[in-house]
Amino acid sequence: MTPPAPPGKEDAAAGTEEAGKKTADAVVRLEKVGLSYGATRAVREVTLTVPTGRMIGLIGPDGVGKSSLLSLVSGAHAVQQGRVEVLGGDMTDSGHRRRTCPRIAYMPQGLGKNLYPTLSVYENVDFFGRLFGQDKAERERRIGELLRGTGLDPFPDRPAGKLSGGMKQKLGLCCALIHDPDLLILDEPTTGVDPLSRRQFWQLIADIRRDRPGMSVIVATAYMEEAQGFDWLVAMDDGAILATGTPDELLQRTGTNNLDAAFVALLPEEKRRDYKKVDIPARQPGRDSDIAIEAEHLTMRFGSFTAVDDVSFRIPRGEIFGFLGSNGCGKTTTMKMLTGLLPASEGTARLFGHEVDPKDIEVRRRVGYMSQAFSLYSELTVRQNLDLHARLFRLDPEKIPARIEEMATHFGLTDIMETLPDALPLGVRQRLSLAVAMIHAPDILILDEPTSGVDPVARDAFWQILSDLSRKDNVTIFVSTHFMNEAELCDRISLMHAGKVLVSDTPAAIVEKRGAKTLEDAFIAYLEDAIGAKTAAATGPVPAPALPAPAGHVAARDRSFDLRRLLAYSRREALELARDPIRATLAILGSVILMFVIGYGINMDVQNLSFAVLDRDDTTISRDYIQQIAGSRYFTEKAPITDYADLDRRMGSGEITLAIEIPPGFGRDVERGHTTVQIGAWIDGSMPNRAETVRGYVQGMHQTWLTQKARELYGNAATIGDFQIAIRYRYNPGVESLIAIAPAVMPLLLMMIPAMLAVLSVVREKELGSIINFYVTPVTRFEFLLGKQLPYVVLAFLNFIMLTAFAVFAFKVPFTGSLPTLSLAALLYVFSATALGLLISSFMNSQIAAIFGTALITLIPAVQYSGMIDPVSSLQGAGAFIGHIYPTTYFITIARGTFSKGLGFAELRDSFLPLLLAGPIFLGLGAALLRKQAS
Amino acid sequence: MRLANIFQLGIKELRGLGRDPMLMVLIVYSFTVSIYTASTAMPETLNRAAIAIVDEDQSPVSSRIITAFYPPYFTVPKLISSHEMDRRMDAGQDTFALDIPPNFQRDLLAGRSPSIQLNVDATRMSQAFTGGSYIQSIVSGEVSEFLERERRATTVPVDLALRARFNPQLDKGWFGSVTNVISSITMLSIILTGAALIREREHGTIEHLLVMPVTPTEIMLSKIWSMGLVVLVATAVSLIVIVQGALKVPLNGSVALFLVGTALQLFATTSMGILLATVAGTMPQFGLLLVLILLPLQVLSGGTTPRESMPQIIQDIMLLAPNTHFVILAQSILFRGAGISVVWPQFLALIGIGGALFILALRRFRQFLR
Repeated sequence: MTPPAPPGKEDAAAGTEEAGKKTADAVVRLEKVGLSYGATRAVREVTLTVPTGRMIGLIGPDGVGKSSLLSLVSGAHAVQQGRVEVLGGDMTDSGHRRRTCPRIAYMPQGLGKNLYPTLSVYENVDFFGRLFGQDKAERERRIGELLRGTGLDPFPDRPAGKLSGGMKQKLGLCCALIHDPDLLILDEPTTGVDPLSRRQFWQLIADIRRDRPGMSVIVATAYMEEAQGFDWLVAMDDGAILATGTPDELLQRTGTNNLDAAFVALLPEEKRRDYKKVDIPARQPGRDSDIAIEAEHLTMRFGSFTAVDDVSFRIPRGEIFGFLGSNGCGKTTTMKMLTGLLPASEGTARLFGHEVDPKDIEVRRRVGYMSQAFSLYSELTVRQNLDLHARLFRLDPEKIPARIEEMATHFGLTDIMETLPDALPLGVRQRLSLAVAMIHAPDILILDEPTSGVDPVARDAFWQILSDLSRKDNVTIFVSTHFMNEAELCDRISLMHAGKVLVSDTPAAIVEKRGAKTLEDAFIAYLEDAIGAKTAAATGPVPAPALPAPAGHVAARDRSFDLRRLLAYSRREALELARDPIRATLAILGSVILMFVIGYGINMDVQNLSFAVLDRDDTTISRDYIQQIAGSRYFTEKAPITDYADLDRRMGSGEITLAIEIPPGFGRDVERGHTTVQIGAWIDGSMPNRAETVRGYVQGMHQTWLTQKARELYGNAATIGDFQIAIRYRYNPGVESLIAIAPAVMPLLLMMIPAMLAVLSVVREKELGSIINFYVTPVTRFEFLLGKQLPYVVLAFLNFIMLTAFAVFAFKVPFTGSLPTLSLAALLYVFSATALGLLISSFMNSQIAAIFGTALITLIPAVQYSGMIDPVSSLQGAGAFIGHIYPTTYFITIARGTFSKGLGFAELRDSFLPLLLAGPIFLGLGAALLRKQAS
Repeated sequence: MRLANIFQLGIKELRGLGRDPMLMVLIVYSFTVSIYTASTAMPETLNRAAIAIVDEDQSPVSSRIITAFYPPYFTVPKLISSHEMDRRMDAGQDTFALDIPPNFQRDLLAGRSPSIQLNVDATRMSQAFTGGSYIQSIVSGEVSEFLERERRATTVPVDLALRARFNPQLDKGWFGSVTNVISSITMLSIILTGAALIREREHGTIEHLLVMPVTPTEIMLSKIWSMGLVVLVATAVSLIVIVQGALKVPLNGSVALFLVGTALQLFATTSMGILLATVAGTMPQFGLLLVLILLPLQVLSGGTTPRESMPQIIQDIMLLAPNTHFVILAQSILFRGAGISVVWPQFLALIGIGGALFILALRRFRQFLR
């Protein structure tokens, strides 16, 4: 596979002089390094010296600590225990990490894990170039070379998310190589990639090493065939190192002829004990007439994209049928159509002669399905998982415990029944998945890459179980894989590429047909036929992807603040925003609509309140009193109250807000003027706000009535003592709510929406994995946060402009003060709002919690404590404290001042200081809470 | 549709929730500390309203008026000169400024009907109205008491005995605490179902369910009952421990009936959460949609300001929102002690809205799973 690399030139990669001499022949030195995730021990006391300038393979199945070890070496994960020395310095020293970051490149596990799916090929590489502080000309030159070198140059504008697995990995490599690293760390770069792309990938690495012989490459892989071509191997199992040496040394030491066997031989005795070579007896002939699965011209289109193109096959009962192909070639889609998960665009699928109907739940009970990723519930124990599925498949509840025991024994799960799946090795988890898929004794098993990442021993054991199921229980097995040695175990296989089946036959017949040496060669030959001319370009001679960086260059990048790195993140975030126009539209249009609806809807001027009267007097004077109330625009009169019971009932149901009782003899007493009469009034106090307003109205009207009556009764004598209170509603003479509320709603919207926009930016990277780029590149916490923040500040400020324009021109809210003052305040304010979002984002780990936290932290303080409805000066307790420190309070003062009161900067100066401080404080806290390494 | 499936899947949801400690902390916070803080922060309707007085009369009646303003309704009045008044109001230092003109007392006694000027900062909506009428009646009261002593009153002897029912002191915290419980209910139930659904899809576990003999209806119902139950329990605890216990709000009505109403509200809001998740597709879009939905629900449902005063069209539109009915229902049951005979229209409305949202969400959810 990989041509033997030239012997590493001593010291060529060690870079900086002094340190380089000390560790002349070691690029990485580990001393008693350990790492745990909670109770799980991932790496145990590893001591290792890795020679420089070589191609180093870290071999072993998934979950043995390879990735953990690499994340320690790359600096992505904080060192917990022991000493990690990389490129001549201690990785616990943050100064050394900052200096060496630009010399290390790390490509994490998972297809395109460090890529941004919505960004194009070019933009992805460009982002990394910017992170390493390269200028435009340099970036263009390097990106051009890298894309040409990897064969990605025909489609620089394609979004990374739409690339095939192999192309994603090549793009990941471009991103890793943009800064000429001295140490390249690749974590399972070819897992899930088709054999042709895999071969091209290693060719690419070999070419790069030819041009940069000093570069050390550390590769973790679970494919033993690949490791065969490496210079030096480290075999790992269960967090510890089993052996080190060249591939030949390992083979000699174990006396085996291939690395798979060598690895098994290196395993400790108790693991090896259960190992036996898979032995699948031949199928009994003559049973092929009983067809279990049948596909005829199955086609699946998603829009203009054809995922599966005219696929047909027939699988007899009891056969093991393999589906071979790279990620994204349509394997999973085909399987979904067979299970009825997806209705086919064209063609039919039949199970046992019955057409698959997605609505037919019964069919699912005859099928067991095991999906690609481990998709059982990690929050349930092994027993609970089995139990849940048994119940969902409607097994007789009485028989469930027995069936669970049976499955546990069969799949070797008896000792771990009460364990949570996360604590189990991958191989065991896959057995659990299979047990779950088999719990209801289905006739057909559909397995989507069941063994990816499972170690050879567990894999063989797994296949032995499949063999037994097929041969003994006559279960039909439909399995997809990208391991060639597994494909060879199948009765028949189909090679699939780009939605089409290339060939379908027994493995031996396929090899024979192509005249190839191995199944892999045959597969590659078919792939090359299918792809045709395109291949030539990609496998052609690769130009030198990059020039060695001058030493001085490295030092120049070592700065604690670099605007270019900051802007790299800004640009990335802005591009992502631009690719999702729905977000920006929602933010801007949504906020304008909200301002209108809320400004129009909130009204303190209570009107149309319902009231009713219990008039026990019923005279002209009492009716006059009632008329005084009924005639006002505030109240609407309802049918008279008949008695107290009626009053209670109607008030209780909320039908009336105000009840007035006029006592008998009211008219007479008023005319006589001797005894004081009392009118009773009851207000519904369940909504205190409204009740208070009602009280004010009633009292006012009562007073007016009294004055009028006095004048009628006593004539001019009553004018003595008469006076008026002239009320001037300042700043809003018409007391229109929209005018008063719009300037207060704007701060509310400019807090919630920018915070919600910004809050997911960090936590989303954490949840989806691209946060790793922040860990392993020289970008600082401050650059990272501020860089991410800038686009949101710009968007939020645009939002502010839109809101102001709408308020003034559409809603006719008069603007009387200084626009520059308001704009400056708005800028500071949206800066603090986005900073608040980032602060929440920096310490939350799940997007759900981040969204909920933001809603809590913005909605309640902004609506209730910031003076939008109740002035801050009248609040009490903790709410008052929050009101005094929350930025919305001050922006409301400024917005009202500039909108309604005609004020400028001089008068509002005092409110600026808190706004000025809020953003930097939030951002500083965010930086303090954000970790530069995983821990 | 099988109840056992719905039950089993719901249990799984509950176990999943238990694995996100940060989220648990936030849930507890939003139903306890947050409600306590918000309710105790609320002023009595008119609390410490800032008032300044320009006394150009310096007479017995003007000093009478000045001493009539005192805490807790008002701050102790600042005595200022007339040229200070504008500056102080501009800076937002005073909500009210009362200007007693020169020779006020003399004109009053001479029957020349003098006029006192009351300046109100109308941008402070809630205080502007209630405070304005308070000041009017306080000043009138003081003036008439003064006159009574000066000479025989010629007033009409009618008293107005005003009483507020259900909340005699008009303590805002009573209703405020319930309003806050309501907004926590809405916020949490939408997020728990909606965001959790998007996360399940991002992590691929939802696909696994689909190959099993369970229907989308069962998956959706399991999310609704489990997340609804979490919020319902939180609500019950919050009402009993925080609202009745710590805040000492007397709840007149049946808490049990209110919880039945809450369950209906949750049926509607959890369905809404699923609907939003299917509309949004990605978490960032969901976050924004959430803001756009939560804000109007919070501000326009009648919990913050009275519904009666909203424009008719807003009142009508908001009838489509479950919160509007839930706020009415909460007021009626918890404060007015209403029974089912009174609140049945709200119950019906919630069932109707919830049912419509559920059907809509289910249709979108089926497509979402494709």
